Amino acid sequence: MSVDIAVIDYGMGNLRSVSKAIEHVAPAASVVVTSDPAVIAAAGRVVFPGQGAAPDCMREIDARGLRQVISDAARSKPFLGICMGMQVLFEHSEEGDTACLGILPGAVQRFPHEAMVDADGNKLKVPHMGWNNVHQAVPHPLWAGIEEGARFYFVHSYFVQPTSPEVIAGFSHYPFPFTCAVASGNIFAVQFHPEKSQNDGLTLLGNFVTWNPGEIDSACDMSGAACA
Amino acid sequence: MLAKRIIPCLDVTHGRVVKGINFVELKDAGDPVEIARRYNEAGADELTFLDITASSDDRDLILHIIEDVAAEVFIPLTVGGGVREVGDVQRLLNAGADKVSINTSAVVNPQLVKDAADRYGSQCIVVAIDSKRVGDHWEVFTHGGRKATGLDAVEWAKKMASLGAGELLLTSMDRDGTKSGFDLELTRAISDAVDIPIIASGGVGNLQHLVDGVREGHADAVLAASIFHFGEYGIDEAKKYMKQHGIEVRL
Repeated sequence: MSVDIAVIDYGMGNLRSVSKAIEHVAPAASVVVTSDPAVIAAAGRVVFPGQGAAPDCMREIDARGLRQVISDAARSKPFLGICMGMQVLFEHSEEGDTACLGILPGAVQRFPHEAMVDADGNKLKVPHMGWNNVHQAVPHPLWAGIEEGARFYFVHSYFVQPTSPEVIAGFSHYPFPFTCAVASGNIFAVQFHPEKSQNDGLTLLGNFVTWNPGEIDSACDMSGAACA
Repeated sequence: MLAKRIIPCLDVTHGRVVKGINFVELKDAGDPVEIARRYNEAGADELTFLDITASSDDRDLILHIIEDVAAEVFIPLTVGGGVREVGDVQRLLNAGADKVSINTSAVVNPQLVKDAADRYGSQCIVVAIDSKRVGDHWEVFTHGGRKATGLDAVEWAKKMASLGAGELLLTSMDRDGTKSGFDLELTRAISDAVDIPIIASGGVGNLQHLVDGVREGHADAVLAASIFHFGEYGIDEAKKYMKQHGIEVRL
């Protein structure tokens, strides 16, 4: 059976919120939470969420034989990474010194303890938890209808550092600027939780379920410049 | 910039939201799904549900409530009350909770906090600490505030953070229901002692108390129930007040 949207379940955390939010914005679509590589391979779109620790994520991905199908999906169809599902797309995570999927060049690092002070000298907590402003680094179909600087809900202790700045689609500050959204071809990935970010989050998910990356490919080169 | 969060708390029993004073004298405040919907529209940053049902018979009621809320409210939902084992955490997450709050069981079995955090991630494990001033320090109480534990609240907070709690929900039992403001000393002592976020709770009677909780208590989030349930203040009104006083909020 082929499904419209597959939400990849690899045993890392609660995926119910993600699937409920997608069902909410795409009531006519068939949305399946699955760890079956065949279902993921046949799906029209793939959402790759995840919570927890990077070493566990990579272990669970491999334990379920999902590495290849995730890589294939990330290269071939609309693909949305969320939170840990964004981080493990990169090459390496400082968390547990973990080799990740290596689909995007770059690494994942922890908010450095010594930097976690705000402008008034107050300690900043880690995890970075709550609603923060997301600045759109490039125009992208997934930002449609979302105001520059809109707040999204975050909860994480690590952030991605892409090797190529061209993939940076959005950034936030805590207290320094860090990448919170990346876009590369048919991949869009976010550190925040659109499924928990009320109206703007639902708008982003709604944009994803109607996104046709092929249109971007013809509209701009993948250096990321002027993708509209 | 990261916003300080305002979290309305819904104490639920027999399928209704209630509010007590000093943990007793319950007063009906309405239907949980309806109240959750209203708070979401008013701009609440998260919602916390505490299942204060005493008997296990009604335990499943909260699951249905969370399912109904999660189907239409897309902000973080925390659920606590009666969480005794990892299976309880799983049931609440499956119903649509994003975070699960553990209180008495964390004292009875601290390993539960570690096991739950290892299994589901620290981001969804909140440890609730009910604390009361005893002499020159604060002590942890359990069983809805009825049982002293002998544990020092600051040391307990550090231990819970080290076991994997992602956040602490700190309630001053001296202040809960009194409308005299948070215990700012307690809040600051714990917030400064740990790296994880602190939700201040217990005692909010006016909007200045929310500002004080952040400013002087160093809280990352403020939780209140009765001032919102009984319509004394709106969430949006509270946020505007905090913003006027220089606190970053989501408007």
